[in-house]
Amino acid sequence: MNNWVLVCVLLVAMGFAYQFGTMRSRSLVDGKARMHSRPVHHGLLVALWCGLPAFTVFLLWSLFEPGILRSAVLNQLPPDMAGLQGHELEVLMRRVQSIASGFGVSDQPAAYELAAAERLRSLQGTGRLAMIASMAVLAVTGLVYALRRLSPALRARNHVEAVFRVLLVVCSTIAILTTIGIVLSMVGEALHFFRFVNPVDFFFGTVWNPRFSTTGAGELGQFGLLPLLWGTVMVSIIALLVAVPVGLMTAVFMAEYAPGWVRALAKPIIEVLAGVPTIVYGFFALVMVGPFFHSAGLAVGLDIRATSALTAGVVMGIMIIPFISSLSDDIITQVPKAMRDGSLGLGATKSETIRKVVLPAALPGIVGAVLLAASRAIGETMIVVLAAGNSPILHANPLEAVSTVTVTIVNQLTGDIDFASPQSLVAFALGLTLFAITLSLNIVALYIVRKYREQYE
Amino acid sequence: MENDVMRASLASAEAAQNNHTPELKMSARDVRVFYGESEALHGVDLDIYANEVLAFIGPSGCGKSTFLRCLNRMNDTIDGCRVTGRIELDGEDIYDRRLDVVLLRARVGMVFQKPNPFPKSIYENIAYGPRLHGLAESRAELDEIVQRSLTRAGLWDEVKDRLDQPGTGLSGGQQQRLCIARAIAVSPEVILMDEPCSALDPIATAKVEQLITELSESYTIVIVTHNMQQAARISKRTAFFHLGNLVEVDETTKIFTTPSDSRTEDYITGRFG
Repeated sequence: MNNWVLVCVLLVAMGFAYQFGTMRSRSLVDGKARMHSRPVHHGLLVALWCGLPAFTVFLLWSLFEPGILRSAVLNQLPPDMAGLQGHELEVLMRRVQSIASGFGVSDQPAAYELAAAERLRSLQGTGRLAMIASMAVLAVTGLVYALRRLSPALRARNHVEAVFRVLLVVCSTIAILTTIGIVLSMVGEALHFFRFVNPVDFFFGTVWNPRFSTTGAGELGQFGLLPLLWGTVMVSIIALLVAVPVGLMTAVFMAEYAPGWVRALAKPIIEVLAGVPTIVYGFFALVMVGPFFHSAGLAVGLDIRATSALTAGVVMGIMIIPFISSLSDDIITQVPKAMRDGSLGLGATKSETIRKVVLPAALPGIVGAVLLAASRAIGETMIVVLAAGNSPILHANPLEAVSTVTVTIVNQLTGDIDFASPQSLVAFALGLTLFAITLSLNIVALYIVRKYREQYE
Repeated sequence: MENDVMRASLASAEAAQNNHTPELKMSARDVRVFYGESEALHGVDLDIYANEVLAFIGPSGCGKSTFLRCLNRMNDTIDGCRVTGRIELDGEDIYDRRLDVVLLRARVGMVFQKPNPFPKSIYENIAYGPRLHGLAESRAELDEIVQRSLTRAGLWDEVKDRLDQPGTGLSGGQQQRLCIARAIAVSPEVILMDEPCSALDPIATAKVEQLITELSESYTIVIVTHNMQQAARISKRTAFFHLGNLVEVDETTKIFTTPSDSRTEDYITGRFG
């Protein structure tokens, strides 16, 4: 029986259990005793008792069965085979599994392989039966037990509540564990990378020249993070220089000056900017903005490269305008009218009120919005891949080409790659660095928002 | 017996205020207010005299706050609100196009129902207005204005050691006195108060009421209140609004003892509202 069928059968059983529970509950009402819970809760409780234990068994079984079977099969392999290690053992197990599932192998299987496959198949068969049997027993036991417990005094409502709380905790744990898992896997690979390259050379190195992995370990490239980090910082700063003033003033106009219909029309249009795929921004930068800057630079006697930190930064700034304007707009709108009235009542003009009362009151939220936009800019990839020029050299001229952390990750992980070489592994160290930066930005943002919110209320 | 108490407080309020000769400060003629198409105020005629405390009473929604907000054009900030008629301050039409509403609000200050200190320090709350209008040449002068305003609002002793703390950290009553101090820091001529005590406890209310009585020596005060005893305690004259009309305005003593309109009598005796 397929696993999905099994789960469906269990769900159907729970449905029936629910019906039994409510029916039994209704029959209890006849007496004079006041019911603590309503039939719905009794039904739910019975259904949970019927389904949850069986489902737990199912989960645990699915989790541990392969390991147990594997060791059982390994134990009865001939002694000369039992000494196999790592890769060869894996190949052998694959072959045994293929034979057992009836899929077969390309060459003639050896006798001990056939024997192992036979054993595996019989074990799988009995295991399956045992699992289904124990699930059925548990489901029925749970059902009967719960039905017997039903009484007017039973606090089924609270029990059901507790079960759902556990369910919620489990779900949020999954999200948290995923995050931790991602970080740990990156840490693992990054540590692997640091076996090749000294962390000091990585974090404080000023030259980025990884070479190709084919040139051999004898000529290890130089993995200096600083040129990339500086490129990221420069592009992000340019982006923020564009986005913060424009976004903030847009927000002030939207929140304070625009008539209702303008706001209703303009806000969604601005938010579309955030929905444009970044690759589109990338070729917009490459085809339109870069050449424009180049020719504009020629007109005033400046040598501006078409693909440069400036081009990438400006286009990225346009991309993050809606992050700033939309969030700030919401925050400015939330500043109580009483604040504005207080200021206007003292004889302040509208713009004085906005500058001296509304914006300071909204500042924590605005800072949060800016930091959010900043972490977006730091993590942004496609625009810089296309428009920043990919030149990992440390310099301070925004009119020249730069490379960023994200671009370099793309470069190191595309094409022919060997995941044992530092040339590929460096991507994990870079990713981890990037993650640490955006994480600390977010933490700072949260801290600022909290700190000032207290003062405000 | 309660009536006697009220009469006694009326008598003392009158005694405190009747040594001024009435001088016309503001006057309203046929003031009508529209919210969109509906008329909220149906032609109000009212004179306000210098250095008096004038109370507006009336049931909720009768237009008393709306009228109050006409006096410094705060209604301008409400979308779809339109005011007709004529309101004069010292003989000048305040709805005249040539008049700067910003200067008007500096002369006619306002204290709101809910204390609304800015999320700034106590000092900055008071210094806000004087800075806007350039009332202080130097830091020392500004310090002096802040101290004077807080002293007049009876708050100086309570906050002098923590002027750099946020004004939002004060208690409700202190916040409201801070807002009054903020209003008098720009040296207005008229102070409008929109139910200034409705969010305060009785002790804080008593302090604010005492403050209002003191302030009436130098300012003209118009106060909206739901509390009739409060009106009786602090005001010289009382205006009764009902359903968007100014029913009658007279000496507070007369309104509360022998009102000329039956609606006023019904209201103050608690038959409606």
